[in-house]
Amino acid sequence: MKKLFLVLCTAALMAGCGSAVKLDNVPVEDKSGTSISQSGANGDGSAVGKSGVTSVDVGKSTQQAAVPAGARIVYFDYDSFIIKPEFQTVIEAQARFIKADRTRKVAIEGHTDERGGREYNLALGQKRAEAVRGALGLLGVSDAQMEAVSFGKEKPAVLGSDEAAMAKNRRAEISYR
Amino acid sequence: MTVNPFPRFTAFVRVACMGLALLAGAAVQAQFRVDVAGIGLNQLPIAVSAFRGEDGAPQKIAAIVQADLERSGQFRAVDAAGVALDELTRPDVALWRQKGADSLVSGSVARLADGRYDVRFRLWDVVRGQDLGGQSYAVTQGDLRLAAHRIADFVYEKLTGEKGAFSTRIAYVTKAGPRYQLWVADADGENAQSALASPEPIISPAWSPNGAQLAYVSFESRKPVVYSHDVATGKRRLIANFKGSNSAPAWSPDGRTLAVTLSRDGGSQLFAIDAAGGEPRRLAQSSSIDTEPVYSPDGKLIFFVSDRGGAPQIYKMPASGGSAERVTFTGSYNISPAVSPDGRWLAYISRVNGAFKLHLMELAGGGVTVLTDSAADESPSFAPNSRLIVYATQQQGREVLMTTTLDGKIKARLSGQGGNIREPDWGPFQK
Repeated sequence: MKKLFLVLCTAALMAGCGSAVKLDNVPVEDKSGTSISQSGANGDGSAVGKSGVTSVDVGKSTQQAAVPAGARIVYFDYDSFIIKPEFQTVIEAQARFIKADRTRKVAIEGHTDERGGREYNLALGQKRAEAVRGALGLLGVSDAQMEAVSFGKEKPAVLGSDEAAMAKNRRAEISYR
Repeated sequence: MTVNPFPRFTAFVRVACMGLALLAGAAVQAQFRVDVAGIGLNQLPIAVSAFRGEDGAPQKIAAIVQADLERSGQFRAVDAAGVALDELTRPDVALWRQKGADSLVSGSVARLADGRYDVRFRLWDVVRGQDLGGQSYAVTQGDLRLAAHRIADFVYEKLTGEKGAFSTRIAYVTKAGPRYQLWVADADGENAQSALASPEPIISPAWSPNGAQLAYVSFESRKPVVYSHDVATGKRRLIANFKGSNSAPAWSPDGRTLAVTLSRDGGSQLFAIDAAGGEPRRLAQSSSIDTEPVYSPDGKLIFFVSDRGGAPQIYKMPASGGSAERVTFTGSYNISPAVSPDGRWLAYISRVNGAFKLHLMELAGGGVTVLTDSAADESPSFAPNSRLIVYATQQQGREVLMTTTLDGKIKARLSGQGGNIREPDWGPFQK
């Protein structure tokens, strides 16, 4: 026990004196280092950014096709994809216009308000778009003329977190492409 | 000595052999730009002295190293101001002990004749007065930050025994006015380079397991479409552009398959597609919304979100499809699952009294903790060493990215690009 105590005391003393520990004596290094070539395996570094990222720009939005006058938007209640009776006339008018020309193509774009996650809201918007597609289909619009897509919460019509703004964002828009 | 090349970067690692030298000239106090909050348990106190010569260099190496270590939550910075050091100087251990440090990093930055920079450092244990090693890197100006991150990794690994993730990359999306960009940045959010610019939204970026590709959803054709994008070359491939919406890409751990959400058969359902392209295979059949698939790290399971029970909850099923088992039982709205690379944890977003908050579940026992007191959290993603989570949230009306330790105690806001920042995804370890 006494031996252990002595060992411990010595260790404590040693720890207390920083200068008791020697640094390794090491040779001086070679300063003329080599390095890996900056470019990739194909040897052409000019197209590659300095940390290996090349930028891609997809440019401007494209123009829309001819559209009918009148309402093309169906609005929904929170967490719902049920088409309320007041929008039946919108759907009927749009169905007539689409059916009038077999070459017309529409995308029904579903949207949500800003609450919640992006991917889950994409799926909710999809349900709204498909509800409108189903309603148009019941009125005889051919499936080949319609595509139901979703923007989730990514393209609000109205900015703002109040209920009035959010109500304007919960929608499905019939877009002529 | 062995050469350890970094294929994508120019840093060149050598074990530097240093002799004793006289003290260099006076060091200037580094400007620390750290936005770290919280009190951690068992933090290692470390001083990172301004590197000799960094004043004239484009990057303040010491500040980057210190910020990395602080953000990890496992280190507490000790003020190193007023002491001039470099990697050759033997430190006055009594002085540093008195300042409360257990460890010290010192180093130097020098311009080489060919225009590159020579970055050197040494790590000291000032409790035992031991030299814990050092390295030197010859890097281009563009890779100075990477050299600093490599130093932080070295220190982290030496002192914690775990692999550091400071020299990994994150991807994120910004929206500035009508313009969206997908960025690839250092793990601290800085040094961002634009991979994609678009007038339409970009969401759900997902790094491939080898860190070379980003899958994402782009609305540039006015509908959601999944691309796989080679970051270095800018070349991209359409993964899914089927009728309807295509979204939520997730890579299998072997990089050969992508799970996606498709509405081509109606609704939002889960499919698997070969990374090389081809016909999708349906993974599950439900009349509900199934989305946000993520593979478990061993590739055997897919965790996903489904509202088959009436409200969105997280489920798991075999990766080849099959019957699903519910995973989340607390709360009525649970989405955005992320599994830690070590397989131990599930991070997700849960709505609590109308607020969307980051939660963490220990998969073995099922215990859940809330990690934040913010109200608009989104898109959690684990660091490849499973020790930090990056997520999107809002602060004073602005969309920002934050990191948090798994106990929720140390949080940091990432600086980086201006505008609204969202949709982070943390990349893998670089090979």
